[in-house]
Amino acid sequence: MSDKTMTADEVVSRLRSGMTLGIGGWGSRRKPMALVRALLRSQVTDLTIVSYGGPDVGMLAAAGRIRKLVAAFVTLDSIPLEPHYRAARQSGAFELTEVDEAMFMWGLHAAANRLPFMPVRAGIGSDVMRVNPGLRTVTSPYEDTATGIRETFVAMPALRMDAALVHVNRADRSGNGQYLGPDPYFDDLFCEAADNAYVSCERLVDRFDDVVPQTLLVNRHSVTGVVETPGGAHPTSCVPDHDRDEPFQKLYATTPWPEFTERFLYGDEKAYQSAAQTWHEERR
Amino acid sequence: MTDATRPSPAPSTGAPLPDTRTPPLLPPTRAEYCVIACAEAWRDNGEVLASPMGAVPSVGARLARRTFAPELLLTDGEAMLVGPDGTPEGWLPYRRHLTMVTGGRRHVMMGASQIDRFGNQNISCIGDWERPARQLLGVRGAPVNTLNNPVSYWVPKHSTRVFVEKVDMISGVGYDSAAEAGPTATRYHRIPRVVSNLGVFDFATPDHSMRLASLHPGVTVEEVLAATGFGPTVPDEVPYTREPTAAELELIREVIDPQGLRDREVPG
Repeated sequence: MSDKTMTADEVVSRLRSGMTLGIGGWGSRRKPMALVRALLRSQVTDLTIVSYGGPDVGMLAAAGRIRKLVAAFVTLDSIPLEPHYRAARQSGAFELTEVDEAMFMWGLHAAANRLPFMPVRAGIGSDVMRVNPGLRTVTSPYEDTATGIRETFVAMPALRMDAALVHVNRADRSGNGQYLGPDPYFDDLFCEAADNAYVSCERLVDRFDDVVPQTLLVNRHSVTGVVETPGGAHPTSCVPDHDRDEPFQKLYATTPWPEFTERFLYGDEKAYQSAAQTWHEERR
Repeated sequence: MTDATRPSPAPSTGAPLPDTRTPPLLPPTRAEYCVIACAEAWRDNGEVLASPMGAVPSVGARLARRTFAPELLLTDGEAMLVGPDGTPEGWLPYRRHLTMVTGGRRHVMMGASQIDRFGNQNISCIGDWERPARQLLGVRGAPVNTLNNPVSYWVPKHSTRVFVEKVDMISGVGYDSAAEAGPTATRYHRIPRVVSNLGVFDFATPDHSMRLASLHPGVTVEEVLAATGFGPTVPDEVPYTREPTAAELELIREVIDPQGLRDREVPG
């Protein structure tokens, strides 16, 4: 079995400016933040980001790396409005494809199934159609037996990505990933919808003993690289390994970006984790 | 299925209740009328998921399940369906939640940054979408919700900034937009009610425009009209939102929301 382990910087060395990147997790939950931080250390820019957005989008927006965003929302969950995302939108910093949460999911399904689109009811009648003039509709070839009507749906285009970044609780060296929290989110779909997928994990394991089979979310055939990075979702939640770091998230949301970068993002991942820990110790 | 339809027993503290029942309960607060108005949204809904967003709707949904709508399903706010005592009874991660939405076995009560006379709702942004004056949440699940399962709304601070003639970005689809979009949009579209800190509204008019359905005690029609950016239909006789029962008040105050989260959303 091939050993796919690599460092976060090695992952980013395989990414190019102008790429379409999918980022797993949801809002401020189990986001591959260590991979995002590695991206921030690189020169990779001009990105199209596909995400159920949280601080991943906020940080990339603050750093000016986004050309286009595909999203249904960007939130820090306990802080409903992501400040850096808001600022970027209000200054017209990048292009936005704003779709509904379900449309987004079906776009991932279409890509994972190598289909050009999936029909969805969501979107019809809303301004999602107005702000996305490129969205097309598709009419059912079947009449409804009761009404005789052929319904017309949104043809949600496939959200195919050059690369996906996800974070899970455990992974093995060949790219099998396990989630241990209550929700898988859509990380398996992100991996299957991308040409290359990189999985970071809290802990690398040799094998999954006494496994609950449903927890083995990500399969190695859809994974290119594996990164062991404890605390790699920080400050987002990664239960049961750790909850969201609420005080730190508040700090992130209220600190001007240059100041935050200077204090926490000046060095590598180890430096970040250590600076975050120091900040907590100083608060006591 | 019997367990799911049986009313939940009141929680026991173990100790006998002290005999302090003689003084009458304090009269209901505005927040408590709001709780009752929200709870009523889920009456006779059957075995569906109640998805409340906001403190008052959450208290209302839990009150409904503990009293007149025991068959309702509720989540822990994350990925589990839970019973009245918080014990898990099912798994509902986001991917399955979206199936619950499109399957229609759900009644959500969402917030609204703007809402118009036909029930179009905006939570996305204020101003021009291309470059908003204020970026808000984004459309989130409002488009899928409104086309697939009943959607009610909760507005804790009724004002002309929220109740507007026209919303800036249609996130939740209103009756006129659904009608214009055709049968795919109207098929499962329904907005049972809008609850605010002033009263309850519905769309029971010939053209499905907003109607004042009840006033919370202490609120006048003039107050509602002054705080609404369009003219809702006002019947000749406007009823008051119903009184909570003594048992409901005790449940709200002692069991469901002892910390008074409802008062933070709707100050007395």
